[in-house]
Amino acid sequence: MSLLQRTPLYPLYQKEGEPAVRCIDFGGWEMPVQFYGIQKEHDAVRKQAGLFDVSHMGEFELTGPQAGMFLQQMTTNDVNRLAPGQAQYTLMCYPDGGVVDDLLVYKLSADRFMLVVNASNIDKDFTWLKVRLPEGVTLNDRSGKTALLALQGPLAANILSRVTENDVRALSPFHFLEKAEICGCKVLLSRTGYTGEDGFEIYVDAADAPRVWQDLLAAGQSDGLIPVGLGARDTLRFEARLPLYGQELSDRISPLEAGLGIFVKLDKADFIGKEALIEQKSVGLQRKLAGIEMIDRGIPRAHYPVYANDRQIGEVTTGTQSPTLKRNLGLALLDIAHTALQTEVWVEIRGKMLKAEVVPTPFYKRVKNTDEGAKPG
Amino acid sequence: MSEVRDNLYYSEEHEWALPAGGQIVRIGITDYAQCQLGDIVFVELPELGSTVVGGDSVGSIESVKTVSELYTPVSGKVVRVNDTLIDAPEAVNSDPYEAGWILEVEIEGSVEEAVGKLLTPERYRAVSD
Repeated sequence: MSLLQRTPLYPLYQKEGEPAVRCIDFGGWEMPVQFYGIQKEHDAVRKQAGLFDVSHMGEFELTGPQAGMFLQQMTTNDVNRLAPGQAQYTLMCYPDGGVVDDLLVYKLSADRFMLVVNASNIDKDFTWLKVRLPEGVTLNDRSGKTALLALQGPLAANILSRVTENDVRALSPFHFLEKAEICGCKVLLSRTGYTGEDGFEIYVDAADAPRVWQDLLAAGQSDGLIPVGLGARDTLRFEARLPLYGQELSDRISPLEAGLGIFVKLDKADFIGKEALIEQKSVGLQRKLAGIEMIDRGIPRAHYPVYANDRQIGEVTTGTQSPTLKRNLGLALLDIAHTALQTEVWVEIRGKMLKAEVVPTPFYKRVKNTDEGAKPG
Repeated sequence: MSEVRDNLYYSEEHEWALPAGGQIVRIGITDYAQCQLGDIVFVELPELGSTVVGGDSVGSIESVKTVSELYTPVSGKVVRVNDTLIDAPEAVNSDPYEAGWILEVEIEGSVEEAVGKLLTPERYRAVSD
């Protein structure tokens, strides 16, 4: 008996004649961590394209005339800046400034929104919102009925354009089509992702997901499109310095400390956590997220302690050998006094103190294509 | 199906040991182990000249996402380490029984006795099945 949940694509992970797919328990979900190997999958997304099953993510629908105003109170970014067809990265905070979750808000229409939350936080977020719902706003958890595929990489737009009549190249980053059709299935198509590459996220009925998955893989095969697991998803997002809840963000780390200040609009009307975040900013941050690179031989990993002058100054939140850059890199939450570039710090790795230095982030930044539909301003 | 060689002895922690002449035992990790680890990007080698005790951790092997201990299956003194793994740790993936060897231990006493305590290829096949 399996206690783990599976997405509608689970039966399709293992293709005949392919290497054994490795699955892990990811927040109660049996998810593929790798199909071919993290390096190969990582490279495919950086150079060609990769297809991810991220159906474990949660989708909520929020409707009602006051839905926008409610979201404005619940999230740190400015919902009022969204027009229908636009999405926004944002966060929900506790009153003390710690993070409930980071999420995407899609404005479907004036009184209808979709929220996309982390799989491990679905129940917590739903309750957090539900108990605060004002009169006339309804919240529905659509997670079980919604599958989510991410098609990411420089060739994503080319591949996608083969299976749809929609003009996917014209879609700007953080814009979406609520009623697109891909592989003959109705989907919500957005130009978003979590890899640092160009790409799309495809929200589709669970029943249609297998068809979209298979047709996309077939359409992209000649371009080198392969399925990609959560292992490479993590190394891709890490190189691009995209935070992961539970590592760079938590109920004890504020968005300002995590370097996400541009998604916190302290000048907008009241929202949960605003007072604490204003206070944090005016007093000055005590710690912040910094990039580190090992100088001595070693790979920093999550929770390894970081020292300076024989005193612990923080810990690594995520670390690995960057598959793109082949450098031993980490993100670390450090006392602010030790976060200037080139500051020498020491990481305790398996009982040894190994030298590292503070380096700029993101570690990897893509060169933008000309046909990505990104418009100035 | 991973390869288990008939001329080697094995540990339950998926190391192999090869009597390499004289008092020397060469040590590496098995094909099964490298396959489980995935892309190996880093090998922490034991210090030359250090004394190691069978079953102890003497280094680590890291893939992109995981850190695994390297245990020595025999006791003795570390007399050689495979320095080429510093720049090419992927040899442990591509050639775990030859180019991907990790260390050599000089043991006191009988080599036969030391490796005799380990798993035979037949028994290891059962463990790694």
